[in-house]
Amino acid sequence: MKNILQRLIQAFGPSGREEEIRSVLREELAGSGLELKTDVLGNLIATKAGRGGRLMIAAHMDEIGLLVTHIDDKGFLRFTPIGGQDPKNLLGSRVIFANGIMGTIGGEKIKDAKEFKLEKLYIDIGATAAAEAKELVAIGSMAVFVPHFTCQGNRIIGKSLDNRAGCALLLAVIRDLPPVDYQIDFVFSVQEEVGLRGARTAAYHLEPHLALAVDVTRTGDTPESGPMAVELGGGPAIKVKDTSLISHPRVRGLLEKAAKERDIPFQLEVLLRGGTDAGSIHLSRAGVPSGVISIPTRYVHSPAEMIDYRDLTRAATLLSAFMQQDQLFMAP
Amino acid sequence: MLLERLSTAFGPPGQEDEVREILRQEITPHVDKIWTDALGNLLAEKRGSVQGAPRVLLAAHMDEVALMVTHIDKNGYLRFRTMGGIDQRVLVSKLVLVGPQKVPGVIGSKAIHLLTPEEREKAFHLRDLYIDIGAGTREEAEALVSIGDGVVFNSSFCHLGDGRVRGKALDDRVGCSALVEILQRRYPVTLVAAFTVQEEVGLRGGRVVAFGEEIDLALVLEATTAFDVPDSKPHETVTCLGQGPALTIMDSTLIADPNLLTILRETALEQGIPYQLRRTGGGGTDGGAIHLTEGGVPTAVLAVPCRYLHSPASVIELNDYRHLVDLTDAFLAKFMERRTKLG
Repeated sequence: MKNILQRLIQAFGPSGREEEIRSVLREELAGSGLELKTDVLGNLIATKAGRGGRLMIAAHMDEIGLLVTHIDDKGFLRFTPIGGQDPKNLLGSRVIFANGIMGTIGGEKIKDAKEFKLEKLYIDIGATAAAEAKELVAIGSMAVFVPHFTCQGNRIIGKSLDNRAGCALLLAVIRDLPPVDYQIDFVFSVQEEVGLRGARTAAYHLEPHLALAVDVTRTGDTPESGPMAVELGGGPAIKVKDTSLISHPRVRGLLEKAAKERDIPFQLEVLLRGGTDAGSIHLSRAGVPSGVISIPTRYVHSPAEMIDYRDLTRAATLLSAFMQQDQLFMAP
Repeated sequence: MLLERLSTAFGPPGQEDEVREILRQEITPHVDKIWTDALGNLLAEKRGSVQGAPRVLLAAHMDEVALMVTHIDKNGYLRFRTMGGIDQRVLVSKLVLVGPQKVPGVIGSKAIHLLTPEEREKAFHLRDLYIDIGAGTREEAEALVSIGDGVVFNSSFCHLGDGRVRGKALDDRVGCSALVEILQRRYPVTLVAAFTVQEEVGLRGGRVVAFGEEIDLALVLEATTAFDVPDSKPHETVTCLGQGPALTIMDSTLIADPNLLTILRETALEQGIPYQLRRTGGGGTDGGAIHLTEGGVPTAVLAVPCRYLHSPASVIELNDYRHLVDLTDAFLAKFMERRTKLG
């Protein structure tokens, strides 16, 4: 799974411009035997046909990024965030555009820390004049953090582990798909980082009876971090609630049962701020019982996020065990 | 001028009746089907000249930012709340019209003679303001207005300088006016026009208009912020008057469909119609709601740059409006060929 994850991380894919990551995923899914489809908004849907119910499993493929809004006389670029960007993480970060142009993020001189906002930052692509910059990028061009991937012991450091880790997990489960009768729609969704948008239309279209999202979550195990009872290496997290969702008790119960039966260590997650695709899926049509498997991740939305590889492999085992639970679907 | 009639019409969110009536009369002779839905959206269909052609939703919102009467006191003064994004600091001393009968009033506050030096330094808060309709008692006031009445600015519409106009509610009566012009022509594609309600309080009308209509793509016709004013830095202008309609790449509710954007930009280039890109990621339009309808709808937004948006007096350049109509017209006329080219 590490190799696949590394490959996914290399792919460019800010919200709304997921073409490259989608084509990488399509290649990875080519031999899977699943039916592949890209929908109107760009969600990649891999379907295993079946009978007796429909399970939707979503992992978003988009990543946070920056959108160029202005190119000044000297070739510096102003930008607006795509998804949740923290100015503290941006200053000094390197970013890359779809065409490979790289830049570093600089900031205006400020007198007071309170003035330190995104509006004070700019991208420097090394251009010396507007005309030179405009040959390389345009207003509307999107950039993401420069890809990197490091394995150190059990830990992985990389950009966009949110949520390429979830995508890699889905690919791993698809490679070793448990023998089940029902239909499964694996959705690599778009535009999660700007408001859980892709999953919303995919769920409407797919009409699932049950849904899971696979995404990253924060941890509370770093120095002076806010309180959160999730740590790296403690196993996958089973979501209890976040801002977008209270997990369906039945789905959460089945996840816990699956973990216990297979002796998979797990953690219960209460995320105070944040949401996942399950937030929009569970409100689709007349409602969809939904839950989330989360991969504990430090420094979410920074250029260098960190996960524990064992959490990822155990999350895959958990998902597979969940899929094999008896009576997954509620009796009509 | 239709834009003038629309600008001066009364249309707070949820109370769009007067605007809807003007639009209904304007478009009825030009459409094949017209109806009002449960939320009050005015919808119309105009069949395309080509059998089986795509169904294009065109949306513009009828409502405007406004106030609502929330209390009438014993001396006949009205207290109010805002509907939509109104800057409280602009309200003091403004002339207003209350309720569908358009009862004239003024937003009152303590006069300058009575303010303490500290008070003079501060903007008025909503709680310091009230509407005076000249009533002396609650009974007198209640004979004219009632709690729940919408309140709009009493602004005249006038021409400014060479080719600019000033008025209230240009957001989004410019879109409504443009859509009326578009409906006068027949295109290869089928048009589904939606004059929506309650955009200013959360894209509410727009959320339901595409439902069940089998829409293939949507264009939202809007007004957007122009900040080409003294003290704005070049990277803060968002849009500039006179540089053509603004196309949205991303706002806080929508990432515009990249293919539609490409077609719009190519069409503009080919036809020699000026356009600009909207240079911010903030704000939102009905497109945010429309593109998430059912299984998803490819959506783009064209907007007339507008200074002092949401204030009693917005300013636009008529050429920008004209070019928005021209670009929409050319897009609809050429869409089928261009889409084929795009693959």
